[in-house]
Amino acid sequence: MDPLPAPPVAPAVTVPASGPAAAAAARTIIDIDHVDFFYGPSQALHDISLRLDEKKVTAFIGPSGCGKSTLLRCLNRMNDLIDGTRVARGSIKIRGINIHDPAVDVIELRKRVGMVFQKSNPFPKSIYENITFGLRLQGVKDKGRLDAVVEKSLRGAALWDEVKDRLHTSGLGLSGGQQQRLCIARAIAVEPDIILMDEPCSALDPISTSKVEELIHELKREFTIVIVTHNMQQAARCSDQTAFFYLGKLIEFAETRTIFMNPTNPQTEAYVSGRFG
Amino acid sequence: MKRFFDAELETFRSHLVLMGETSIRQVRDAIRALVDADISLADRVIAADDEVDRLEIKIDDEAIRYMNLRSPVATELRFVIVGMKASHDLERVGDEASNIAKRAVKLAAEPPLKPYVDIPRMGSIALEMLRDALDCFLHTDAEKAIAVIKRDSEVDAINRQLYRELTSFMIERPGNISRAIELMFISKSIERIADHATNIAEEMVFLAQARDIRHTDELKKSGTE
Repeated sequence: MDPLPAPPVAPAVTVPASGPAAAAAARTIIDIDHVDFFYGPSQALHDISLRLDEKKVTAFIGPSGCGKSTLLRCLNRMNDLIDGTRVARGSIKIRGINIHDPAVDVIELRKRVGMVFQKSNPFPKSIYENITFGLRLQGVKDKGRLDAVVEKSLRGAALWDEVKDRLHTSGLGLSGGQQQRLCIARAIAVEPDIILMDEPCSALDPISTSKVEELIHELKREFTIVIVTHNMQQAARCSDQTAFFYLGKLIEFAETRTIFMNPTNPQTEAYVSGRFG
Repeated sequence: MKRFFDAELETFRSHLVLMGETSIRQVRDAIRALVDADISLADRVIAADDEVDRLEIKIDDEAIRYMNLRSPVATELRFVIVGMKASHDLERVGDEASNIAKRAVKLAAEPPLKPYVDIPRMGSIALEMLRDALDCFLHTDAEKAIAVIKRDSEVDAINRQLYRELTSFMIERPGNISRAIELMFISKSIERIADHATNIAEEMVFLAQARDIRHTDELKKSGTE
């Protein structure tokens, strides 16, 4: 049984709408409900509740140690890989399915919820094999299909034109920015619903950064994106909604424009103005 | 390299151009309504002021949004700031055109005090100044902007001359007073429109060269008397 079935015709959870247009436009895909999270004895997240809309870019911002990456890694259970971690309370639902339900296959979850890390981490294999790795694991052998996926993913990651003549050379031979886009291509090759990005540009130069930002803007047509960033200008440029975290608590969540123009909470204002953090 | 938000800047620019065109048309029509005693044209000028006001709000909103989310720097930052300031000047131009149109309606009920020669002449200089200043939004040109600033004194001179002339009309015959006062206000409105064109031109020098030339004597000295 598919642990994360396709969305039902009627949305499982709908965002309280302010009008008919809002009801049509926004649909919750990730529903985080009163989550407490611990690394051993120390509590990293306190009572986090957050609903993220489908096909939107949401930025998580906040000073180091505020819990934003922890929360991001909760969304595809990457924290399971660290001993002693636990979600002590609350639930995280993706398309209405509790991801901690024993019936959920974690591998399948991570296929649906892809991830791009701060440091690009291509496999020490060819560009082609990097992209097709996930599909081969799933047993796909049809060369025509694999070729098509490679082209589609690399085009989707705005990398095709730069690498189409050297698909069978090592992914490690690419520049830092290209490697990061290769990782994005690899993430989208398995057609996830959601892409998590943990500081995807912090190791990149400004030109590569702006290419990735362009890409994020393109990708949101098809995917829901959650991005953790320390770069506030990047959050402002790329995201539709922004969540500000501090000391493991969600301080404010709103439209990005509101967070950067008229935040409700003085701590958010102080952080986005660079006065603390 | 193109960026996904470049289109926002182009929309902003096109709204500025539209606002500029609308206010230029308002000024031109207001003066024509006066000269031709055309009340319906004057009414249309007054009605168009709402459109200019709406554009001002839209432009402000776009500029604030752009500065808030896109972190513009260098030329782009100057462009957004200058665009916002110019839109306030254009809104005032629209108000002045509307004032002229309202006075044109009053004056249309009476025979003209004198043939309208100086006011249309003054108006066409102010309009040329406005157009040249606004052209810099499309093609940044500090020289053209400086030429606009230098022409402000031409308009000031006609305004002073008209003031003297209209004063003498009033002294000659008290029956002329109400019409002469209306014309004095119209002349003053046109003079103000030229001032707004000058402000916009000064902003355009800032846009082109990042140099603030306001409240300095360097241009006035070389200006025509």
